[in-house]
Amino acid sequence: MNIVRPYGDTLDDGKVQLSFTLPVPDGAKGREAARQMVLKWGFKDCDVVHSAPLSAGFSFYVAYGKTETSVDYDACVADEHSAEASMSMDEVNEYIRRELGRKVVVVGACTGFDAHTVGIDAIMNMKGYNHHYGLERYPEMEAYNLGAQVPNEKLIEFAGKVKADAILVSQVVTQKDVHIHNLTQLIELLEARGERSRYICIAGGPRIGNKLAVELGYDAGFGRGAYADDVATFIVKKLAERR
Amino acid sequence: MRTKLGLSQDKIDEARELAARICGPVMKFVDGHTSVTVERATLRLAGADDADADGVPVPNLIVDQARDRLADGAFRLYASALARTGDSPERLNRKIAEGLRLADLPPADEASVARKADELVRRADERVRSNREYREARQAEWKDRNHRPLLYLIVATGNIYEDVKQAAAAAEQGADVIAVIRTTAQSLLDYVPYGPTTEGFGGTYATQENFRIMRAALDEVSERQKRYILLTNYASGLCMPEIAAMGALERLDMMLNDSMYGILFRDINMYRTFVDQKFSRMLDAWAGIIINTGEDNYLTTSDAYEKAYTVLASQFLNERFAYAAGLPARLMGLGHAFEMDPTIKDGFLYELAQAQMAREIFPEHPLKYMPPTKFMSGDIFKGLVMDTMFNFVSKATNQGIHLLGMLTEAIHTPFMMDRYLAVDNAKYVMNNIASFYDEVEFREGGIVRTRAAEVLDKTLEFLRQIEATGLFDAIAEGQFADVKRPKDGGKGLEGLIKKGPRYWNPFEEHLTRTLGLGK
Repeated sequence: MNIVRPYGDTLDDGKVQLSFTLPVPDGAKGREAARQMVLKWGFKDCDVVHSAPLSAGFSFYVAYGKTETSVDYDACVADEHSAEASMSMDEVNEYIRRELGRKVVVVGACTGFDAHTVGIDAIMNMKGYNHHYGLERYPEMEAYNLGAQVPNEKLIEFAGKVKADAILVSQVVTQKDVHIHNLTQLIELLEARGERSRYICIAGGPRIGNKLAVELGYDAGFGRGAYADDVATFIVKKLAERR
Repeated sequence: MRTKLGLSQDKIDEARELAARICGPVMKFVDGHTSVTVERATLRLAGADDADADGVPVPNLIVDQARDRLADGAFRLYASALARTGDSPERLNRKIAEGLRLADLPPADEASVARKADELVRRADERVRSNREYREARQAEWKDRNHRPLLYLIVATGNIYEDVKQAAAAAEQGADVIAVIRTTAQSLLDYVPYGPTTEGFGGTYATQENFRIMRAALDEVSERQKRYILLTNYASGLCMPEIAAMGALERLDMMLNDSMYGILFRDINMYRTFVDQKFSRMLDAWAGIIINTGEDNYLTTSDAYEKAYTVLASQFLNERFAYAAGLPARLMGLGHAFEMDPTIKDGFLYELAQAQMAREIFPEHPLKYMPPTKFMSGDIFKGLVMDTMFNFVSKATNQGIHLLGMLTEAIHTPFMMDRYLAVDNAKYVMNNIASFYDEVEFREGGIVRTRAAEVLDKTLEFLRQIEATGLFDAIAEGQFADVKRPKDGGKGLEGLIKKGPRYWNPFEEHLTRTLGLGK
């Protein structure tokens, strides 16, 4: 047992600093609302040390609370998922330099008639998405984004030409299961050419999960909320594993 | 202005000459071409608007109908239909949305088409001129009520009506400029959606109706605050000129508009981008809209200390392209950013050198200074300190447009209180060092002067190399931001059209005349 509480300046004083906004005007009444709010969260003590108006109907508060809540540190187990979390862009590049010692080549496209490049662009474009830079920005990767409406045959040809390590396929349109058809066809073509084992194949799209992708013969699938670093981490670890 | 850096004027002049030589061949190409979005922008100025039942905008419908004769321009078809039917643009738009094919109408005679063209150009010109006059009158009336530099805040709720609330709050807190972020990847749509929108990822669509709604809301706040609040949106992407046209009509005050951003960071075809940026900038010049260029993007890609010269080089090129489109220096918000690794020894001095250098080389330009983003982390306390350093450099070097840094930059889209803390921080610093710029000079042979001179030298070297290669090839070879873009690659190339001998665009002619761009 190792019982711990937040530490302000004395062991077990349980001091916590808080800041938040309330949708009410600034003033004595607002500060009282803020104080009651903090007490309702279970804090035993509350000092609202600062308030300021944000606009006519909104106000900002800084408050200190004292909590008696504790946890047993010894009994805490880190979330396994977070232990397996994706590497950052820099970590991926460092990993490539250390473990693979050569550039990793990735080719991506929206296949079939799908014209929605939002997904593949989020993963591949320089700018990336939501502060996660795309693969084009990874110095240890050579990333080719072939864009939209790329026939599977052309994608395979290009992957062969640039000696790709991984092929990324994005499918956004799922009407009449057209994505299943496209995704399956790519794997079948690769198998017919005896080239399936040459590439790490990854499918992505808002309605594509890992389970579906693996069922269709892909190495992995990435759905909503996945970023370039997640995809990159999977690729480089898989490559290191295969080596 | 007194120089504090002692930069060589000869070198600065040489850089400008190189920029002119680099841009020359590009402008020559540009003047011989149009694009689907240049044509749609022209139609929008003439009054084309509305959308069909599937949401396809009328300007797209017209350009699609005229697809095989775009070398002549799309305007004639629309003007002829207006002249022939006697319809108002609104009425004709509705008919087109309901399936009318303009080519099925017998063409009107040349004289009445020409009269119609004059009328349409005059009408748009009056509207844009009155927008300018309104803005100038307000700015004169409330002179000195804005912050210097202008404090620039972003809203991005994904719903225009929610954006309006956040924008009003931000303006009341002290923002001088409100930028409304668009939904992810709107820049890759080859059309501008129609009507008000309440959806999107990390922002909602830029539409003309959304522009109007936000403009009205900010005018109200301006009136209350006795301070003109500037409205900004994003013209980059496949619809650059159309967004600029909408901005001109709805009195936007600033547009994100970089000459090469789309090519490098959105993989839009280079020829298409250069053609689109020219017409969009002509529209901005006409409407008195300040452009914001995107040099900050180079620094999020590459190291800000090592690649500082790419920023200055891009500023020279953006300036040259902007002059070629008729923009005066006072409408050029050339970009740069405070993005050096905070652990570099004397990093603050290098940032100061870069910002002061930009100030001295571009003295009349309202420089757009961007806050730290790359090295912002979940440590919001450190983040606030970094923003303070940024605020200091901005005021100490008299920047023009100051994009406020958010302490939660790396975490989420700003909370209302994050914006408040940003404004509060900036007001504190900028008031506290209000006269610093006039007080301070930099020591000869010191770190700041030496650094600025080095960056200018490297810039010259880089520009010479680009000039030798040619801009199109330099981009193809990856000389900018380490991104290679093949000349015939990227999005939107199919929408580029070589102008034929019968090409007719009276708006372009009018702008060329008004802006004094005749050869």
